[in-house]
Amino acid sequence: MSTAPPPTGAATVASPARADASSVGTSPVVEVRNLRKTYPGPRGSDARKVAVEDVSLTVAPGEIFGILGPNGAGKTTTVECLAGLREADGGVIRVLGVDPQADPAAVRDAVGVQLQEAALHEKITVEEALRLFASFYEAPSDVEELLDLLDLAEHRRVAFGKLSGGQKQRLSIALALVGNPRVAVLDELTTGLDPAARRATWELVERVRDRGVTILLVTHFMEEAERLCDRLVIIDGGRVVAQGTPAELIDSVDTSRTVRLRVPPADHDLALHTLAGLADVEHVEVDGREIEVTGTRRVLLAVVLALAEQEVVPDDVRTVTRTLEDVFVAVTGRTYDHAADSAAPHEGGAR
Amino acid sequence: MTAATTTLTRVPTARSGWRGFGTLLRTETRLFLRDGTAVFFALVFPTVLLVGVGLAIPGMREPITGAGAPWDGLTAIATYVPIVLAAAVATPALTTMPVTFATAREKGLLRRLSTTPMRPQGVVVAHLLINLGAIAVSAALALVVGQVVFGLAAPVSPLTVVLAFVLTVLSMLSLGMVVAAVAAKGSTASAIGNLVYFPMLFLSGMWTPGPIMPDVVRDIGQFSPLGAAAQAMSAGWFETEVPTLQLVVMAAWTAVLLPLAVRLFRWS
Repeated sequence: MSTAPPPTGAATVASPARADASSVGTSPVVEVRNLRKTYPGPRGSDARKVAVEDVSLTVAPGEIFGILGPNGAGKTTTVECLAGLREADGGVIRVLGVDPQADPAAVRDAVGVQLQEAALHEKITVEEALRLFASFYEAPSDVEELLDLLDLAEHRRVAFGKLSGGQKQRLSIALALVGNPRVAVLDELTTGLDPAARRATWELVERVRDRGVTILLVTHFMEEAERLCDRLVIIDGGRVVAQGTPAELIDSVDTSRTVRLRVPPADHDLALHTLAGLADVEHVEVDGREIEVTGTRRVLLAVVLALAEQEVVPDDVRTVTRTLEDVFVAVTGRTYDHAADSAAPHEGGAR
Repeated sequence: MTAATTTLTRVPTARSGWRGFGTLLRTETRLFLRDGTAVFFALVFPTVLLVGVGLAIPGMREPITGAGAPWDGLTAIATYVPIVLAAAVATPALTTMPVTFATAREKGLLRRLSTTPMRPQGVVVAHLLINLGAIAVSAALALVVGQVVFGLAAPVSPLTVVLAFVLTVLSMLSLGMVVAAVAAKGSTASAIGNLVYFPMLFLSGMWTPGPIMPDVVRDIGQFSPLGAAAQAMSAGWFETEVPTLQLVVMAAWTAVLLPLAVRLFRWS
């Protein structure tokens, strides 16, 4: 832990207003402005590696706020700074009105953190771990209630080393909540989980939010952010490249729409010829029996009408829904790196 | 914000860093006791060593003759007791404790604790207490069982023995903390710990107790922390002279190693 003085520009520190419910509805729970964080470069070089270039975000009470971006984008560094684990080089951070850089102790009681890849002693049981962590806080949650909330009650006497990946992750969430926090930071919650465990975990996150806990969710899974987040920022190369609700972000990408369809083989060439000539169609691509048509917002209507006129009855028509992935591609000009998704479950904390 | 309110918010903050320490100590003790191998080496190994050597090696229970003062008239196994006590300190300090800390760091547990009101220093203090307890139990067990089985000689100057034992504990825990500080992983801590542990045992006289220790080993050993430990306790047990050099050597090792460990210790 750093004991260095707070960064300049930090204003006076107030204690977290745990009891002051009147201010909750209005003021942001987390506020980050122009955060900057660098790490020492390779040994012998003066150049410092920039982890976070310029990140600003505001989290409102009661929302699930996402920080989305590829591995190495600066997500974890950002939350580590606001949890008081790292000292920022520049910018202003307020968590519940307190500067965690100046007074990390004031934040610890009110912020629950689930760290990426933090493990426990192999032989500690679920219940022991929860009771241990509960003892650190001034007003902890009820351990029994948490065991039930996170479906851990039947595993209470199981040692950490014997838990499945999903159970470890649920325990980790439980430990982040055991202090009865106003804010929970969940970092790469579902990395390494199978799809079923991932969906179950998402449900739990929503249950936790329903208890009134504001959630800051760090993830590199587009699908996770789209499914869970009320609002999010997309971070790339240490900067915020987009922000808004998932729907706003997706709607902002572009106005083109894509339709994929299959027609009977006999009608294939006729269909291609017909579609290529339409005003609303910009692009037609053939992928085996599938035809992918991209065009204006009216492309679906135009395609169906034109085919109907030619008496061509499609076997199958699907509109291709756009996702946050398309948003990422649009704002960065790069494809979202899927290789990094699966290959990097063991990356270090320094990013 | 006024100075008065700053003080008000600061005071509970400072104290809250140790809230739950009792639970932490209890939990860590239970976890320590769940590791059978570590418990055996930390608590029972010195006794097994003393009894094993005394019963298995012929002549260990016979009085020594012809070795000169202070050895003549003592049983060989009695001269082995200070070495066993030194081993009782070195074993947890150099084998189990560094691995515990390095593993906690490797697993991110110390970092995880940093996000709670409990300070990660709490884990260090808890384990120092656990190791002190283990050392006390294992030394007492060896002495009691040794007395029952062999009938050991009473120390000539108990105060010197106690002082030497305390300095042994301080210098060995400091050395163990340096290993814990520099090792990034549990397996590294285990390797470094053993690399230090066995030469230390050799210099303490584990394989060449009492009168059969070659002079050159004795001369080198008196400047090593565990060699000085065994020699100082031996002097207190069997001689009237105060082992000043050995006591100073142990104090000096502590004075160097403890600040070094604090300086080098990484929480993540």
